[in-house]
Amino acid sequence: MAFGSEAQVGHGGKTGGHGAAQARLMLSPTVIVLLIWMIVPLVLTLWFSFQRYNLLRPAGGFVGFDNYAYLLEGHDLWRSIWNTVLLVGGVLIATITFGTLSAVLLNQPLIGRGILRLLYIAPFFVMPTVGALIWKNLLLNPVTGLFAWFAHLLRVTPIDWFSNVPLLAIGIIVAWQWIPFATLILLTALQSLDQDQMEAAHMDGAGPIARFRYIMLPHLARPISIVVMIETIFLLSVFAEILVTTSGGPGIATTNLPFLVYKTALLRYDIGGASAGGIIAVVLANIVAFFLVRSVATSMER
Amino acid sequence: MRQPSASARISLSALAWIIGAIVFFPIFWMALTSIKTEAQAISSTPLLFFRPTFANLASMLESGDYLHFAANSIIVSIGSTAAALVLGIPAAYAMAFYPTHRTKNLLLWMLSTKMMPSVGVLVPVYLIFRDVGLLDTRVGLVAIYTLANLPIVVWMLYSFFRDVPHEILEASRMDGATFLQQMVFLLLPLSAPGIASTGLLSIILSWNETFWSINLTSSEAAPLTAFIASFSSPEGLFWARLSAASVLAIAPILMLGWMTQRQLVRGLTFGAVK
Repeated sequence: MAFGSEAQVGHGGKTGGHGAAQARLMLSPTVIVLLIWMIVPLVLTLWFSFQRYNLLRPAGGFVGFDNYAYLLEGHDLWRSIWNTVLLVGGVLIATITFGTLSAVLLNQPLIGRGILRLLYIAPFFVMPTVGALIWKNLLLNPVTGLFAWFAHLLRVTPIDWFSNVPLLAIGIIVAWQWIPFATLILLTALQSLDQDQMEAAHMDGAGPIARFRYIMLPHLARPISIVVMIETIFLLSVFAEILVTTSGGPGIATTNLPFLVYKTALLRYDIGGASAGGIIAVVLANIVAFFLVRSVATSMER
Repeated sequence: MRQPSASARISLSALAWIIGAIVFFPIFWMALTSIKTEAQAISSTPLLFFRPTFANLASMLESGDYLHFAANSIIVSIGSTAAALVLGIPAAYAMAFYPTHRTKNLLLWMLSTKMMPSVGVLVPVYLIFRDVGLLDTRVGLVAIYTLANLPIVVWMLYSFFRDVPHEILEASRMDGATFLQQMVFLLLPLSAPGIASTGLLSIILSWNETFWSINLTSSEAAPLTAFIASFSSPEGLFWARLSAASVLAIAPILMLGWMTQRQLVRGLTFGAVK
């Protein structure tokens, strides 16, 4: 429970103005720093997005919505928005599904449960660049990778993952890193489930599926919404996995919004265009955040 | 709960171990590759049994390269965590013990700064850093990581401070304890585990952060994330070497994560899941 009840909210008043003034003073550095962090770069990004500004040809000037028009007319922006949505959506579905299943499994009285738990959550702590390179070179490589060897054993042609299904390949890597997060959170939530209730349901003849459907899933609704919120924040900005595997290609098949802006700014030196892309990313993230923050706030108040 | 039969328990365990082995396999395979020779590493028949060599790990540790990047990772993670705690502890204290009608909105606003995609502000941050000479410096990275982690740090600390009974601090105030005494002798000891797990989460997030490290550093201040990314270039395709560097890059954080997993759940969910 993150937010206080009404009684506690009134607490500050009782202790008098002195403490409250001190509290404001203690709060201000963080608020000021975050305000600056939020406003200054964002205003600058907005400003640059209306400029013709290329680092190689600095002379520019105000161009109105040209940068936006150029982006919106082009094919790259729409494709990268679509790629972003596919990646976030696909990974969310995979992590919630597999995370729930493995949490339910790990919640059973298993042999070596402590060690199992460590195995299941390990990928979450692996640096994104490490995870991506290991998958790319040691596992998915079409010639020397382990998957190719399996394919040879089964006498089928190995898949060239990053050429044929590049977005899926990146999705697999990202899901591998985030399923453990869902597992960890959902497992902890399951452990606080009232065992008497499960027992009673069992006595009343509810089978495992009914118990899962009517007792476990409702209990998991809140932790699942938290997993969705936190993962969305991080998945909207997946970057390292793309940079070290496909660099956004082939073509723009794996270019998501962060990668599009990165390419425009630091490879093509087009500050104006990159800024416009950045603002579009911010707008999209805010649309998502609006719903997420609201649902989390209500779910935390309970 | 009723114990399942022995056979059910054994078959469930077997299933769980098979899945666990699959999930952990990439990490295991990387560790195994790090103790192979380059020729063994790219062998088209995967080798499970071979005479291990620790030459790759040793040469990584001996080369100035790895140590330089590891030092950057350590300094930047610890530095940004310290800064976030120094800023965050008073702020969380103020909101937990002197809440007003605005506190909840303030917390949500802080969290919403985390929703702003880094990519939206990459361009100005890059240009500002370039103009004031912060590009490729540890100070620059510390500043960015501090700002990126601050909202989460404040939220976590807030949820831990809320669990400290108000009455204790109030009683000490009655007895004439100054504000500083309350902080040092009561609040910090009472919430030490919470502060520790907040710090650990911040270290883990900073250690693994990649977007800013790649875009704002080149060689001087580059941490391990950027160092590993440099292996994606064609000349970096020595897989045993890559694996050795990777093992050394993830080992400390993996250990830290394993040791603190229970506290992390609380932190990552802002105390909403216990």
